[in-house]
Amino acid sequence: MGADRKEKSHAGRGAWLLIGGSVAMLILSFASVPLYRAFCSATGFGGTTQVAKVAPAKPGERRIGVRFDANVARDLPWRFEPETPRIVVRTGETATIYYKVVNLSDQETSGVAAYNVSPDQAGAYFDKLACFCFSEQKLAPHESAEWPVVFFLDPALESDETMSRVEEITLSYSFFSSKKAKEAKPKEAASGEGAKPKT
Amino acid sequence: MDAISTEAGAHHDHPTGLRRYLFSTNHKDIGTLYLILAVVGGLIGFLMSMAIRAELAHPGISVFPGISALLHGTDPTNIDAAKNLYNVFITAHGVLMIFFFVMPALMGGFANWFVPIMIGAPDMAFPRLNNISFWLLAVALVLVVLSTFAEGAPGSLGFGGGWVFYPPLSSNTGHPGPAMDYVILSLHLAGASSILGSINFITTIFNMRAPGMTLHKMPLFAWGMLVTAFLLVLTLPVLAGAITMLLTDRNFGTTFYDPAGGGDPILFQHLFWFFGHPEVYVLILPAFGIISHIVSTFSRKPVFGYLGMAYAMVSIGFLGCIVWAHHMYTVGLSLNAQRYFVFATMVIAVPTGIKIFSWIATMWGGSISFRAPMWWAIGFIFVFTLGGVTGVVLANASADRQLHETYYVVAHFHYTMSLGAVFGVFAGFYYWFPKMTGYMYNETLSKAHFLLLFVGINLVFFPQHFLGLAGMPRRYIDYPDAFALWNYWSSVGAAIAAVSVLLFFYTVAEAFMRKREAGANPWGVGATTLEWTLPSPPPFHQFETLPRITGSGHH
Repeated sequence: MGADRKEKSHAGRGAWLLIGGSVAMLILSFASVPLYRAFCSATGFGGTTQVAKVAPAKPGERRIGVRFDANVARDLPWRFEPETPRIVVRTGETATIYYKVVNLSDQETSGVAAYNVSPDQAGAYFDKLACFCFSEQKLAPHESAEWPVVFFLDPALESDETMSRVEEITLSYSFFSSKKAKEAKPKEAASGEGAKPKT
Repeated sequence: MDAISTEAGAHHDHPTGLRRYLFSTNHKDIGTLYLILAVVGGLIGFLMSMAIRAELAHPGISVFPGISALLHGTDPTNIDAAKNLYNVFITAHGVLMIFFFVMPALMGGFANWFVPIMIGAPDMAFPRLNNISFWLLAVALVLVVLSTFAEGAPGSLGFGGGWVFYPPLSSNTGHPGPAMDYVILSLHLAGASSILGSINFITTIFNMRAPGMTLHKMPLFAWGMLVTAFLLVLTLPVLAGAITMLLTDRNFGTTFYDPAGGGDPILFQHLFWFFGHPEVYVLILPAFGIISHIVSTFSRKPVFGYLGMAYAMVSIGFLGCIVWAHHMYTVGLSLNAQRYFVFATMVIAVPTGIKIFSWIATMWGGSISFRAPMWWAIGFIFVFTLGGVTGVVLANASADRQLHETYYVVAHFHYTMSLGAVFGVFAGFYYWFPKMTGYMYNETLSKAHFLLLFVGINLVFFPQHFLGLAGMPRRYIDYPDAFALWNYWSSVGAAIAAVSVLLFFYTVAEAFMRKREAGANPWGVGATTLEWTLPSPPPFHQFETLPRITGSGHH
């Protein structure tokens, strides 16, 4: 009897350990979202751009072309394009460029941008000081705007071997209509025409 | 002594009829239930594959409009409904064959039946958990079949996004209807069933081995199941997580896979394949174990390199968990990531090669008797090697650029799964059928079944290599005339395989009608594992006095 009971509790402990392992893997699958995000912003993996507070004190040597790309998802009625398709910057030099955007619809619409740079390894050296992509953007009916991107290329890229043959970096944005706006739409329709946009 | 053991036996409840199976906690009865479920799931999946091959026999769309009219009541001239149903069929075929045929047959059926007996245990560690595992899977099967009749994509029935369920096709963008929710729920239940079953197997194997049965004396089938169970415990929760995120994306406004909210559809692919790749080893490792026993039995030799065989399975299991992104070479992985996944994938060929080598070395110099299970086992080794070789081709990211989503991939995984794992299922079935039922089947019929299936299914899938190399993409209902020749032969092979399935049912029915007594050990001196020391069929409760294992003859 004693031996039997001991065997049972042994089996029970083993089973609880295995359940614990399963639950840990389940948690890990959800944790992969913030973990992957943290990993990308820390290493620039997959062309994730960096966010900087201050511009570097002294400029570097290399001059690199930066190309600007703009995309808009089908369900967002915006025209969105860079003012200049390509510039050349010196590493360490702060550059400001503008994107032109127009809301083509009769409604207030809002969007968020997904963005990265290619080639992938350039992400770690592409530092943004200010960007419209950091937050959700709202446009009144037929409103147009010019949005700045302030960035510099970290001079540290000059000592990275994988960057030595990179002559051009492409910064790309894709605007998606933001989820919140989508959910708000039916509500607006329900409240009727009373609430006209103030602009 | 005798009196005590009879009394102990009398204390156990032995329900009969429906109650015996509905409420069963007996590992052999639950194993039988799993085998019946596998036959049901496999048959539905098989009929779907026959419909697919019938459609693809000739260019043009001819078969599915009729099936759609029959199943969904659509207009027989409605081509879009036919296309949708084709997609639903390829999806359901994959899900059914993986989760409701091979897994219940190998894991639920054979493992429940024979793991406890092989390690000298009276039953599983948690018999009631075992019952829950089975009935969860039965409900899951009902749900997945129901999903084909629920609305999926707007205006059409069923989920047609492929068994990999990639968003956005599986999210509200592609299939806003409830069909996908049914599939997700079904997978949750099937996953829970498998995790509980796996916990049961691991605990049984670790705690209930007979005195003297060390892990290094344990039969290879039990080793295969141990590795399989660990794979399931570690990777199924990740699938559960992935599809839960999909469920909340679909129904509760989260954006895990929606870039509009900062999500990423590629995340799903990573999570899915973190489960999906180990899953293919889940399907094949138990079959590895079965083949080892059969080859050893009919060569009348212990398995060559027993420890190497056991640890080859362990390392295949481990490597299987770290190669998932070789299914995703085309999503834009960095070059270094591709290099890693190519290399790691190719490393798997080493332990797999050890296994193939050891099976052949077991036969080498053995006193081979070509009984029916041995035919199946040798057939398994042949087709699995062939599928493994094309796997090494596909492991190359550069080659995969060309072959991704073509029929070459279809041919590859059917050679390992549809031929490999399925031959493992039939090998095990014909090996253990006399033990499970007490009756001997007609071996000539079994060999005829083998020959028909072997010829048929090779004819189905070998030409698909050519189609894939020629660039025919998978998952389409129609194709240009240039691909007509090999598609025709592939469908001819499917017809031959269909005949072999009929022959299978006849073989089983004949065995039950003739009732030839098999005896405790129909296979002779080569069969050394513990199940052959019991009468056929084994008593309701075996090993009331635990067997003692001495020496090393038991693998």
